Amino acid sequence: MSITIKYFGAIAEATGVTEEKVALEEVGNSIEELRSYCLTKYGDVGDLSFQVAVNQSLTTSGSLKDGDEVAFLPPFAGG
Amino acid sequence: MADFSRYDRQIKLTEVGEDGQAKLQQAKVLIIGAGGLGCPAALYLTAAGIGTIGLVDHDNVDETNLHRQILFTEKDIGRPKVEAAKDALEQRNSNIVIKAYAHPLNLENAYKLFTDYDFILDGTDNFQTKYLINDTCVKADKPFIGASIYKYQGQLSVFNYQNGPTYRCLYPTHHYKDNSNCEETGVLGVLPGVMGTLQAAEAIKIILGIGSPLVGKLKVLDTLTMKEQLISFGKNEKEVDRIKSEPLALEVAKCSLKETDHVYLDVRDLFEQPRPESEQLLEIPLNQLGDRHKEIPRDKKVHVYCQSGIRSKKAITLLEKEYGFDNLVDAGGILNLLEPI
Repeated sequence: MSITIKYFGAIAEATGVTEEKVALEEVGNSIEELRSYCLTKYGDVGDLSFQVAVNQSLTTSGSLKDGDEVAFLPPFAGG
Repeated sequence: MADFSRYDRQIKLTEVGEDGQAKLQQAKVLIIGAGGLGCPAALYLTAAGIGTIGLVDHDNVDETNLHRQILFTEKDIGRPKVEAAKDALEQRNSNIVIKAYAHPLNLENAYKLFTDYDFILDGTDNFQTKYLINDTCVKADKPFIGASIYKYQGQLSVFNYQNGPTYRCLYPTHHYKDNSNCEETGVLGVLPGVMGTLQAAEAIKIILGIGSPLVGKLKVLDTLTMKEQLISFGKNEKEVDRIKSEPLALEVAKCSLKETDHVYLDVRDLFEQPRPESEQLLEIPLNQLGDRHKEIPRDKKVHVYCQSGIRSKKAITLLEKEYGFDNLVDAGGILNLLEPI
């Protein structure tokens, strides 16, 4: 039972990885728990704003299940 | 009917035809920011025969722009970007109108300007202007084609199209520490070329009414892997209603400087964000220090900062060597100095 997390932009720099597979029991079962899991694991993520998408759909809350693909998406400022 | 022979290869497309070309000729597109995104977008819209293109940018061409802002040549360095862009575009197509606005987009001019155009193309490089564009588009009922870039990655979406989701439905607000731009982080020159060109493609689709504009979807492209995501997002009705009902206001990430008793010198340009609230703060951009160094006190320690810590060092070297300052402390990048209010 695991999920894949993809990190984009400055978030990937705060985590040091662009993608990782994490056991669901380690993360918890919800988006909220996933957010706090990442903030605990990677302190610098807390300095950034980002949105979470589950299976390519933006989500602010809800449960996670085996095989889900989660994306951490920060807004980009550059032009 | 106007002579459309130069557009023959796109008129041959059954979805375009002479009628489609006439629609392109009648269209008015306003591009905010004549930079990495705005240059390629304007080039393709000019080539495609968009009848009226407006360009808004207050900046001048700098040597460091040339690796990605492909309208400009070495001879343009120092010129206002919109003027150099207008000249370059008019050479490519003399049948269209290019309007140059050499001033920043702000609360006072945004709404009036937007009402003169069919839709907006966002090529800006800061969150404050992106939110201003979004909120003005909601109020003026105009769609806008948004793109933004970070190092090797780009994002693209069409906002506020036929009552669709807006930029705030995707990103409601931003964190006070969250503020990187190309100047600070660097960017692959090709990336805005790709993203700005995709913005032009969305613009042409919208004008012609063909295909599916990227509405309620965020395209995220990573040029290092060439992988992409297409993220769906919905409309936040409450947020859109709020924008409609409240007066237009600038998005401000509220923050202050941690050490309130220090005297600070901010050597960033005035548009750079966040701008902390502080009593003991001098704001003199690096390139104005020569003219304004007399405003800096010499009888107490002055903590110098910029966005990432590069310009603060340059500023200190300049002020010490040229003007004999001996009371300056390098405080580095602003993000280490802030706390939220």
